[in-house]
Amino acid sequence: MGLFILRRLGVMILTALCLTFIVFWLTNLYPNLEKLAKTQGNFRMSDEQVETFLGNRGYTQSLPVKYGQWVGILPGYVIDGTDGETRAKCEAGRTPTEDTPTFCGILQGEWGQSTVFRDEVSTIVGTRLGLTGKLMFWVMMVMVPGALIIGVLAGMREGSRTDRSLSTVSIVSTATPEYVSGVILIAVFATPLFGMQIFKGTATSAMDDANFNNFFLPVITIALYGMGYIARMTRASMTEVMTAQYIRTARLKGVSFPNIVLKHALRNALIAPFTVIMLQFPWLLNGVVIVETLFNYKGFGWTLVQAASNNDIDLLLGVSVVSVFVVLVTQLISDIGYVFLNPRIRIS
Amino acid sequence: MDPLTWTGSLGSILVPLIVITAAVFLTGLILQLIMGVFAAEVKLQTNADGTLQGRGGLLGRLEKYTGQLFVLLVMLCAAFIVLSWVMPYGDAGILGEISKRFLPVWIALIATFGLSITFKRKLGLYGKLFDSTIGMIGFGLVMFWVFTAIFVGLFDMIATHDPLSQISGIKNKVPGFVVPDAEAEGLYPHYLLGGDNLARDIFSRMVEGSVIVMVIAPLATVFAFMVGITLGLPAGFYGGKLDTTLSFLANLILAFPVILLFYLLVTPEIVATGLPNFLAAFLFIFPLVFFGVLINSRYKTQSRKNILYLAIVLIPLAWLYLSTISAKGSPLYIWPNALDGFDIPGGILVVFVSVVFVNSPTVFRIVRGLTLDIKTRDYVAAAQTRGEGTWYIMLWEILPNARGPLIVDFCLRIGYTTILLGTLGFFGLGLPPESPDWGSTINEGRKLLLIYAHPALPPAIALLSMVLGLNLLADGLREESLKD
Repeated sequence: MGLFILRRLGVMILTALCLTFIVFWLTNLYPNLEKLAKTQGNFRMSDEQVETFLGNRGYTQSLPVKYGQWVGILPGYVIDGTDGETRAKCEAGRTPTEDTPTFCGILQGEWGQSTVFRDEVSTIVGTRLGLTGKLMFWVMMVMVPGALIIGVLAGMREGSRTDRSLSTVSIVSTATPEYVSGVILIAVFATPLFGMQIFKGTATSAMDDANFNNFFLPVITIALYGMGYIARMTRASMTEVMTAQYIRTARLKGVSFPNIVLKHALRNALIAPFTVIMLQFPWLLNGVVIVETLFNYKGFGWTLVQAASNNDIDLLLGVSVVSVFVVLVTQLISDIGYVFLNPRIRIS
Repeated sequence: MDPLTWTGSLGSILVPLIVITAAVFLTGLILQLIMGVFAAEVKLQTNADGTLQGRGGLLGRLEKYTGQLFVLLVMLCAAFIVLSWVMPYGDAGILGEISKRFLPVWIALIATFGLSITFKRKLGLYGKLFDSTIGMIGFGLVMFWVFTAIFVGLFDMIATHDPLSQISGIKNKVPGFVVPDAEAEGLYPHYLLGGDNLARDIFSRMVEGSVIVMVIAPLATVFAFMVGITLGLPAGFYGGKLDTTLSFLANLILAFPVILLFYLLVTPEIVATGLPNFLAAFLFIFPLVFFGVLINSRYKTQSRKNILYLAIVLIPLAWLYLSTISAKGSPLYIWPNALDGFDIPGGILVVFVSVVFVNSPTVFRIVRGLTLDIKTRDYVAAAQTRGEGTWYIMLWEILPNARGPLIVDFCLRIGYTTILLGTLGFFGLGLPPESPDWGSTINEGRKLLLIYAHPALPPAIALLSMVLGLNLLADGLREESLKD
C-alpha cells in the first residue's frame, strides 16, 4: 500500500510539472508577452521598446530558465536594466537589497505578483478559494444526498416505474449544462417574466453574506448537473448489489424489503459512488467557472477567467497549480478510498 | 398588423386543456413515484373474473391512468401543431406560427418515423430503437434538429429573417412584435421570438445556430473517435511502455481544467502563433492513418486490390487534409492555392481543433479499456493462430466487436461536444461574436438577462433539447443492445 501511494505521488508530481510547464510555455509565447508589455507599459510602444521592456523584466530569458526560476530551483534573475534600474525577481521587480533571497519560486512559497489585481498571487488565490469553498460546500450538501437518494430509490427495483421516472430525471439533469440551467433558472426565478421573482439573479452579495435568497440559484445550478451523473452511478451499483447472492439469501430468510435495502445492500452499493463523487470534483471546477461568471460571484472560477483573459501569467499559473492539485489529489483519494472501502481489492 | 399573442385563437380551448392534462399527469406521476417507493413487489394477481393482472389496487390504477394521460397529452400537443398548419396567418399565435415555420421538419419527421416503424424488424439495432419509448423520444428530438439544420442550411427554409440583419426599433422587443414596414420591404411581418439587443430576430438566429452546431459537433466527435481508436487499440493490445506513455499523455490532458485549456488555446494571441494550425495538422492526420492501416491490413496480400483501394480512399482524404490545414496567411501555407479546394474560417478551425483535442483522451481510454477486455477472447486467439497481422486483429477483429459501447458513447459524446461548443461560445471564445451558434447567443443574452430575459431562453432551450435527445437516444440504444 505504501509503495502504491508513493508511486501515485511520483506520477502526480510528474503530471503537475508537465501541466504547469505547458501553461508556462503557452502564457510565455511571444504574442502573449507583447500584449502583456503593452497593457503594462503603454499601448503605443514600438517593437524595440517592447523588447527592452520585456528584457528588463526578465521575460526574454530562455523558457527552461524562466520555468526553473518560477519553480524555485534556479536563482531568481537580477537584471541591470537598460533604463538604469536594477530589477530582481525576488524583490517583486524592485531593486534588490541585502536580505533578498536567491531563490524565490513555488517551492519557497513565492507565487509571484498578479499584474491585473496588483497583489500577491497567494493572497488572491487564498481569498478566492475561500469563497469558492463556501459555494462548493453547499453544492456538496445539496448534490450528494440528493443524488444518493435518487440513485438508491431507482436502483432498488430495476425496471420498475419508479426506476424509469427517476432515471429519466437524472438523464435530464446530466443533459443540462450549467450555462443552460443557470440562464433558465434566472429567467424563471429572478426576473418578472414568469411572475415568480423569488431569488436574486446575482450572487455578488453572497460573498460577504450568503443567504437562501442570493445563494440558492448558483448552488442548485451546479448541483443539478453533477447530480444526475452520481445518481446514475449509484443506480448502477445498487442494481448490481440487489442481484447478489447474499441479498437473495436475506430474502429467502424472510428479511423485510426495507431492511434488505438499508442494512444489507446500501453499504456495498455506496462504494462505487464514492469514487465517482471524488472524481466529480474536477468537473465541479468547470461548473464553478461557468456559474461564478454567470452569477458574478468573485471566487476562484471568476479569477481563472480574469487571469486567462488578461494573460496574467503568475496568477494563471497559480490558478492552474491549484486546480491541477485538486484534480490529482481527488484522484489519489478516490483510488485509496476505493481500496479501503472494498476489502476484496488488494494492491500487491 | 397586430402583435401576436402566444397562442392566438387556438389558445382559448386547447391551451387550458393541455395545461390541465399536464398538471393532472404530473400530479399523478409524483403520487405514483411516492407510492411506488412504499409499494410491495409486483406479483401476478388473479382477479375475480379470472383475468391476470400485473399490479392491482390504487397504484395499479394510477399507473394505468397516468399512461393514458401521457398519450392524451401527446395527442393534444400534436393537435395543436397540426391545427396551426391550416389556420390563416396570425390566428394561431406565436407557437402556431413557429410550428408552421417548422412544417418541412414535421413532414420529414413523420416520414422517418412512419417508415422506420413499418420496417423496424428488418433494420437491426436501429429498428429496435423503436421498441423503447425513451429511445423514440430521443431519436425524435435529435432528428428534429438534424432536419432543421438540413432545411435551414441547404434550402434556406425555416428562418424568417436574416440572422445578421438589424431592424431599427425592435431592439430587445418581446416575442410577437410587429416588424415596421414589413410589407413594403417584403419582410416577414413579425419577430416570432422577439429581438435581441442588436435588434436581430431571435427565432432566425436560433434555427441558423443549429446548422453550426450540427456541422461541428458530429464531425468533431468523428475526428475524436479516429484519434482515440487509432491510439487506443495499440495501447490496449500491446500494453507495456507504449500503453504507459499514451495513458500518461491522455491523463495529462484530462487533468487540465477544460476551460483553462480553451482559454490557453483559443485566445487571438495564441492563434497568431499558429499553434492551433499545427495541432490541426497533427490531429487531422489520424483519419488518413486510420483508413490507410484499415485497408492495408486487410488487403496487403492482394497487392493490386490493396493499391486500388488505398488510392480510392487516401487520395481524396489527403486532398481534404491538405486543403483543410493549409490556408493563406496561416503559418502552414504549404499547399498551392490552385489546388486548395476550400478554406475553413480561422475561428471555426480553432474551435474544432480544441474540441477534438479535449474529447480524444476520453475516447482513447474507452477504446483501450475495451481492447484490454476483448483481446483475451477466443476469436482473437483464433486469428492469431491463423497468422493474421496484429493490425488486422485490432481493426477487423477487436474493433467490430467493440462497436456496441462505442456507438452508445458516440451519441453521448456528440451531446458532450455540443455542451463544449456552448461553453466556448458562453465565454466568447473562438467563433466570431455575431455568430448565431447557441453558445454565443446565450452569452449575448445573459449580459442583459435580468432586464430582458427572452433573448437567452430560446437558444438555451434548443441546446437543452438537442443534448437531452442525444442522451435519451444513447440510453435507448444501450437498453436495446443489452437485450440481445
